[in-house]
Amino acid sequence: MGFYFAQFLTGLASAASLFLVASGLSIIFGVTRIVNFAHGSFYMLGAYLAYTLVDAWQAGPFGFWGAVIIAAVAVGFIGAAIEFLLLRRIYHAPEMFQLVATFGVVLVIQDLTLMIWGAEDLVGPRAPGLDGAVEIFGELVPEYDLALIVLGPAVLGGLWLLFNRTRWGTLVRAATQDREMVGALGVNQSWLFTGVFFLGSLLAGLGGALQVPREAVSLLMDLNIIAEAFVVVVIGGMGSIPGAFLAAVLLGEMNAFGILIFPQITLVMMFLVMAVVLVVRPWGLLGKAEAAARPPSGAAEPPLRVAGGMMRWLAMGGLAVLLLLPFLTDEFTLVLLIDIMVFALFAASLHFIMGAGGMVSFGHAAYFGLGAYGAALLIKFLSMPMELTLILAPVIAGIGALAFGWFCVRLSGVYLAMLSMAFAQIAWSVVFQWYEVTGGDDGLLGIWPSEWASDKTVFYYLTIAVCGGGIWALRRILFAPFGYTLRAGRDSALRVDAIGIDLRRHQWFSFALAGMFAGIAGTIYVFSKGSVFPDEMSIPRSVDGLIMVLLGGVQTVAGPVVGAASLTLLEDFISRLDYWRMMLGAVVIAIVVAAPQGIAGAFLQLIPARWTGREETA
Amino acid sequence: MTNVSNPVLAVRGLSKSFGGVHAVADVNFFLDAGELLALIGPNGAGKTTCFNMLNGQLPPDAGSVKLQGRELVGMTPRQVWRLGVGRTFQITATFASMTVRENVQMALISHHKRIRALWRRTGDHYADEALALLDRVGMAEQAERACGVLAYGDLKRVELAVALANEPQLLLMDEPTAGMAPQERIDLMALTAGIVRERSISVLFTEHDMDVVFAHSDRVMVLNRGELVAEGSPAAVRADPLVQEIYLGAGSTFGSDEQPAATTTADAAAGGTHA
Repeated sequence: MGFYFAQFLTGLASAASLFLVASGLSIIFGVTRIVNFAHGSFYMLGAYLAYTLVDAWQAGPFGFWGAVIIAAVAVGFIGAAIEFLLLRRIYHAPEMFQLVATFGVVLVIQDLTLMIWGAEDLVGPRAPGLDGAVEIFGELVPEYDLALIVLGPAVLGGLWLLFNRTRWGTLVRAATQDREMVGALGVNQSWLFTGVFFLGSLLAGLGGALQVPREAVSLLMDLNIIAEAFVVVVIGGMGSIPGAFLAAVLLGEMNAFGILIFPQITLVMMFLVMAVVLVVRPWGLLGKAEAAARPPSGAAEPPLRVAGGMMRWLAMGGLAVLLLLPFLTDEFTLVLLIDIMVFALFAASLHFIMGAGGMVSFGHAAYFGLGAYGAALLIKFLSMPMELTLILAPVIAGIGALAFGWFCVRLSGVYLAMLSMAFAQIAWSVVFQWYEVTGGDDGLLGIWPSEWASDKTVFYYLTIAVCGGGIWALRRILFAPFGYTLRAGRDSALRVDAIGIDLRRHQWFSFALAGMFAGIAGTIYVFSKGSVFPDEMSIPRSVDGLIMVLLGGVQTVAGPVVGAASLTLLEDFISRLDYWRMMLGAVVIAIVVAAPQGIAGAFLQLIPARWTGREETA
Repeated sequence: MTNVSNPVLAVRGLSKSFGGVHAVADVNFFLDAGELLALIGPNGAGKTTCFNMLNGQLPPDAGSVKLQGRELVGMTPRQVWRLGVGRTFQITATFASMTVRENVQMALISHHKRIRALWRRTGDHYADEALALLDRVGMAEQAERACGVLAYGDLKRVELAVALANEPQLLLMDEPTAGMAPQERIDLMALTAGIVRERSISVLFTEHDMDVVFAHSDRVMVLNRGELVAEGSPAAVRADPLVQEIYLGAGSTFGSDEQPAATTTADAAAGGTHA
């Protein structure tokens, strides 16, 4: 009995930090509509800053709490500065573009932290005055945990007062409901947004600073907490602070008790709960259905045009160069080109549902990974020949996408993105933890192509045929009624319904089709590497896909190919350098700010319309 | 009520409440083949609610809607469309990222159940039919322009062409001329009347502009606070003292308290289904 109560208290204590981080994320999203990936980095910065300050001000209890508060405020200012310098420039960019920009911030902060504090984990001191333990029902419970248990509801109450009893809080709530109306009433939105970012970042920093006595400060803190914070916010309801509290407690307890019952699958459980909540209550436990957004006032995407003469020749020329390259370069270049083509197909499949369908999948790597693991398992356990797996593995990925997609297409926008991420994370956990079949972290090795294709040059041509063919097929489908129907649903769901089309069903099929093409890319990938690891299904791989699509330009059919080539080349080039993450992050941010239509989109603006067959717009 | 032996549309006892507000209460009417029937009434009278129940966007609390004897209540908008009921919206709904021609082609492709075709270009499907429809509504010259850049009046014409794509027997037009300049209104309604006469399509439309109503409808129904209060030829309805009272307030001052806030709530709720 005592043991379970102690476990219960541990769950509550860990919920406190999670609640702080998640409430900050929720407030920022509620007002600015930015899904801030860098929020986990603010949490990490809070921990590092608090560690340094506590270290410097060892003397007395004031020193510790003073250090925690100053660290939190400092992080608040850092967040406000990032809003002021970067995000303010991209509020009008599409949601996912902003997300990619904040992912750039994650990369930059990660390397900056590495530069300042080094790679080693740092163990902070206990909180002075709270370093003992109290005996409750015969079990020892750390005093610091009890302090956190009190602190969580205290912050919740403080936020409630702030939002319900102050003018500023009222404005924030109003902006959460209707941003434009608040602007129309003469409120200076810029400062409201900066203020909200300050508060949200401060909460993240506070959450991080308070963790210093509980866990070692490390460079993994940012991505670890952000996935959990996303889950909390989505379960609780975007923009709902009591919801975030409820969900944080739910997850904290689930972890505390889940670890006793199923130590293996706590991660799966977390995302499973999120998937269930999203399907049953799409707006989260305490969230409200979003008011239908006003139709975007900006210019709509231009109509699709069949490539004009010059572009056709460019494409043919590019293909000819690809075919001739094996005679001109070394094997190393061919390996790089194979990677580019694989990722070009992966990005094109994501672009299919994202660009034409307006469905941003945050877990597209799941289908890439299903293709890769599908092929590897078919070879390992059924000794199938490569030729057969090239057909069957993508079908497996397609079936996976059909199953997950059925749930995903019931939602839209950020919720769809989060649910697709949850499914990808479930798939990842299964692969990661099912050691007997998938080899877990060790991966599956020795998956080589058939004899005839084992030569690198032959495999290179095979890749051109399969990936190039896949991209071409996707392009055809995009121009055919199937793709147009998908675009129609994105443009006006009302009109699609009024001309007799079952949009949800069509989106579902499109999702599965995109998953199948991602599976083709994954299948080729596994044969080109000879092995597969759980990383191929992880969040960073999904984000890679998003960056490729956005770099290339969502509104451009050729975009994903350009984006995949750019990112793969860039990563290949800079990953040999120190602090390459920071450079990659800076490049990503620069592109988002400078070329919101992506590289291919910006390029199209520079060349004459008659080359591409576009309509001249006045 | 006109006695029609075999009406295209027969509506009986149609009712809908939002909370305690009777947005539409026991509405009965018939629509004959080739007839243009106008549904008028002040703001909040329940016109849009009525419309949304006819094409399946909103389930009625009670009543029946029969298209040539077939019950429509319980069907989704897309099932209703498949039976030959076209619809235009008060606020136009078109595909902004497609050309005018492609918008019409999409409706034709759906009509012919080809939406899952994977290979042949969309532009090559039913292009001639689409152009013929656009020609009929006077939009052929702008066929290759994007809908996203069109003037509002032109979008209304595109919607009309889209609505004609599935060879409908019945057109439901919610405020077809809302948001247009006076001359444009007259032109669009004259065009619509011409097309439906030559194809003997029945039309039910709501309208605020009385010039349009009296110039082009065969028959007029007046809805007030959810109930049908008058029905007959344009001339008869115009002369009806009750209708004059509804529209002119029978000599009472502005803001007569006979227009309770409750009816506007009902209209807002009905309008909400547009969003």
